[in-house]
Amino acid sequence: MSADLSDLYQDVILDHNRRPRNRGRILSANRSAHGDNPSCGDQCDVFLRLDGDRIAEISFEGTGCAISQASASLMTTQLKGKSQAEAEKLYGEFHEIVTTGKPPEDMSDLGAFAGVHAFPARIKCATLSWHAALNALRGDPAPATTESHRD
Amino acid sequence: MASSPWDNIRDEFPILDQKVNGHPLVYLDNAATTQKPRAVIGTLDRFYAKDNSNVHRGLHALSMRATDDYEGARQRVATFINAAAPEEIILTRGTTESINLVASSWGGANLAKGDVILLTEMEHHSNLVPWQLAAKRTGATLRFVPVTGDEGLLDLGALDRLLTPEVKVFAFTHVSNTLGTINPAAELCDRARKVGAITVVDAAQSAGHMPLDVRAMGCDFLAFSGHKMASVTGIGALFGRRALLDAMPPWQGGGGMISSVDLFESRWKPSPERFEAGTPNFGDAVALGASCDFLDSLGRDRIQIHDGDLARTAYDRLSQLPGIRLIGPRGERGGLVSFAFANVHAHDVVTFADEDGIALRGGHHCNQPLMKILGLTSTVRASFYVYNEEREIDALVASMRRTLRFFGTEA
Repeated sequence: MSADLSDLYQDVILDHNRRPRNRGRILSANRSAHGDNPSCGDQCDVFLRLDGDRIAEISFEGTGCAISQASASLMTTQLKGKSQAEAEKLYGEFHEIVTTGKPPEDMSDLGAFAGVHAFPARIKCATLSWHAALNALRGDPAPATTESHRD
Repeated sequence: MASSPWDNIRDEFPILDQKVNGHPLVYLDNAATTQKPRAVIGTLDRFYAKDNSNVHRGLHALSMRATDDYEGARQRVATFINAAAPEEIILTRGTTESINLVASSWGGANLAKGDVILLTEMEHHSNLVPWQLAAKRTGATLRFVPVTGDEGLLDLGALDRLLTPEVKVFAFTHVSNTLGTINPAAELCDRARKVGAITVVDAAQSAGHMPLDVRAMGCDFLAFSGHKMASVTGIGALFGRRALLDAMPPWQGGGGMISSVDLFESRWKPSPERFEAGTPNFGDAVALGASCDFLDSLGRDRIQIHDGDLARTAYDRLSQLPGIRLIGPRGERGGLVSFAFANVHAHDVVTFADEDGIALRGGHHCNQPLMKILGLTSTVRASFYVYNEEREIDALVASMRRTLRFFGTEA
């Protein structure tokens, strides 16, 4: 297997794809948002229970490739307990990782997505669930779509 | 023994001679677009090197030559599908524009509230969305012939119930781009005619793969694209029966389509000019004529056997893989196979295949409603053409096994 491909399908990603965390609908959610990627048909719903400014619970449902499913799963583990401002900041770092391939030194498991940058068509797969989560946090009623903004 | 154009067919397609990710290219994305033979590339080159000039109304030598080339291509397309006259061939950008032309012009003039547009559940978005737009504009409603599950056939038993006198048009695909199903076009046209409905056939996946005879089929309109039949992008055709075309209003206005113009109104030329406003795509039309010649030199009956045999072989070989779900008919089928794995998404499969130099397509294939009906979000599609060989199916199956092993499925 090429270096690019093994960088893309890191063990962390394969693990989250195989055993997604926080998958399903939170019944007590007070925020949710839908995201889709029209060019490949991926769908993602993110459910949040906000406690004050903090994400008390977060989950996702959706279909898509290993990259999109693992990204959604890993995102839920990273966003729990975060405020909206912290979530936006974390997304900024994640976006930097998937577009440049350079994870910051103290980066968590999110660094596993550095390999995505070598596959530009897959960047949208990695960012879809994040867009849905941020929309839910912002209370934006419009569905997140990877076609209306730049990744 | 006389040499056959099949003997060295891969040499005719220069693009095939390359490595992708260190492996010989295995191009199995032909339902999206086919590769182009030297004959077509050379024709395009010759046209621009020798004859290029704007067509019609030109009084100089190059313009007359280019006009002859363009009208010769129209004649060639007419012969290719056995149309009664070249005036029945409108040259368009491709299947999508052809269908939009019919839905807009014929639909606008002939559909009204209470009328029904009959489609099928297996239509490509290009034979669905134009009719949704026509329905919105005219007040007509849509109705669909169901698909019989994974086997992917049209439920012909439901046709009697669906083909009522309110149906004014029945538009259906000849060969499904996702299922590979070959629909019984002549029978469907015949049954539509009995209730007075006109028929529109999407031949995007059949025109380059099998003999086509619009008079034997009995269709009223038939649409196809050059780039899916060894020609170039940006050119295609609409066949329409003369009487229908002559009764249709223009759908775009501009130069070339008028007989006279006053400040407040104009009069139209007959078909085909009426439907070809503006400078037509004459250069690519000449390439379309060349691809008709090329395909007929191979024999479209033989192409159909070649592509169908590869698809059936691929279906049988792939069906042995664990967790695979193949959709579309098991027996007679067009030159493609479409499948999904239980635990590996189509886009991961396609990324891994690319690593092996294999070009596949994964996704909804512009068939979102069909995908929903089948309970799928995407499939992997391998589609074949004249230059594909059985060894490429070996490469495909080996790549699938490798991908399944990587994702933890024993294969």
